[in-house]
Amino acid sequence: MIKLVNVHMEFKKEKILKNINLEVKKGEVLAVIGASGSGKSTLLRLMIGLLRPTSGEIWVAGNEISKLREDQLDKIRLRMGMVFQYSALFDSMSVGDNVAFGLREHTKLSQSEINIKVKEKLKLVDLEGYEQHLPNELSGGMKKRVSLARAIAFEPNIILYDEPSAGLDPIMTAKIDSLIVNMQKVLGVTSVVVTHHMESAFAIADRIAMIHEGKITQIGSVEDIKNSNNPVVQDFINGSKGMTKEVHR
Amino acid sequence: MCFNICTYGGENAMMVGYLEKIGRSVLGFFESFGAVMMLIYETICQFKHPPNIKHIIVQMAHLGVDSLPIVTLTILFTGMVITLQTAHEFIKYGAQSTVGGIVAISMGRELAPVLTGVVAAGRVGAAITAEISTMKVTEQIDALKVMATNPVGYLVVPRLIACMIMLPLLVVFADVIGTFGGYLVAVFYSGINSVTYMQSINNFMVVHDVTGGVIKAVFFGAIIAIIGCYQGLNARNGAVGVGKATTGSVVSSIIIIFILNCFLSLILYR
Repeated sequence: MIKLVNVHMEFKKEKILKNINLEVKKGEVLAVIGASGSGKSTLLRLMIGLLRPTSGEIWVAGNEISKLREDQLDKIRLRMGMVFQYSALFDSMSVGDNVAFGLREHTKLSQSEINIKVKEKLKLVDLEGYEQHLPNELSGGMKKRVSLARAIAFEPNIILYDEPSAGLDPIMTAKIDSLIVNMQKVLGVTSVVVTHHMESAFAIADRIAMIHEGKITQIGSVEDIKNSNNPVVQDFINGSKGMTKEVHR
Repeated sequence: MCFNICTYGGENAMMVGYLEKIGRSVLGFFESFGAVMMLIYETICQFKHPPNIKHIIVQMAHLGVDSLPIVTLTILFTGMVITLQTAHEFIKYGAQSTVGGIVAISMGRELAPVLTGVVAAGRVGAAITAEISTMKVTEQIDALKVMATNPVGYLVVPRLIACMIMLPLLVVFADVIGTFGGYLVAVFYSGINSVTYMQSINNFMVVHDVTGGVIKAVFFGAIIAIIGCYQGLNARNGAVGVGKATTGSVVSSIIIIFILNCFLSLILYR
């Protein structure tokens, strides 16, 4: 579904991603883990064409997108959705208008048909009845869920999640995780989830890719990652536990 | 000897530093100029899609109608002051029959378009930049792109059209208000007969005095919208960036309006 071939990315001569080769299979949930600044979000932005690679090829649903014009890219983006780290809801619009945005811009559906779809998507994320609320009246977790409802409004084949559980409490994190899994089961979408939350990655992913200093250090199933001999991977998995113990001492 | 060499070395380093600064400023200017030209080109390209009328009307209300009070205040008092200064001198030479015409012509040709442009740059330009730059730093612009919506088509085009329509209308309104301000002072303070004032406008003013100002306003509206959107779309670094972009937008727009006004006056009133 998504394939990156020899992708390099530089910002102001600083190498962010180095020779990335990665394939996301249809219908799977791929979690991309790594420390802050390792290039995870850049990878996600490359996949949806928000950034163009310095070199290499990015294939999405059979189209090489790295050299497409914006209007050509838009046709592919209609089949994709993205949940942003800080939700990126349009703060001047109500929750309902946020979810309806794509439908209003790109379809000829009537207002009543749009309302039905909005209700349906908000129900999927447990926010039925919140249509008239403004984003600033919602908690962080609710904003994330509205962002997810907006991403699925157009019924995409691919959803990209940028740190979906960042800044959320454990209960809300679990709720978002179950929603991600649910999207895969109910809608059959392919998902790429960027996270540094290991428990979430283990709970939702079919496969996990670890990025370290701009390179993919290891990619494999949850078990492969858990049992990895790679010290970088093990340090990352156990790092948070170790730090917690240090602090408690 | 060593002292001299060291001094010359220091002077050289200072000179290189100054030249580097000048070079950076010149490069920065041309980079921004190129980027604004690219934005104008992109905006023109977006006109191939039919613009969203609802968005344009919302922007016209927001950017134009809401500016009426501040434009009224600014122009009314400017008209009054102009008359205060001219009437006194003109009456001395027995030329009170020219005061109305002088006020109306200066309003129509220069004061109304330029002052309305400056007020709009401060109010409308700042509002455009603050809104778009906040959207930029909170990833809302990226969200638009992800939802296959071109930010230039969605944000810039309606604001450009709204400004290019509303600023000329505001200028026509300002012409009337400014001339009325002059009338108040001329008649109730300087003692000029109201018929003389109105007759003077009728004698001296021609339609081109108003249309020239309106043409200027179309350009000023375009400048305010484009610069406002450009600064907003290029904002970075969170809240500080929003503030910086907003200030940059107002300052750049006002400077360009003054420069452009000079050239437009040369072309329109040769």
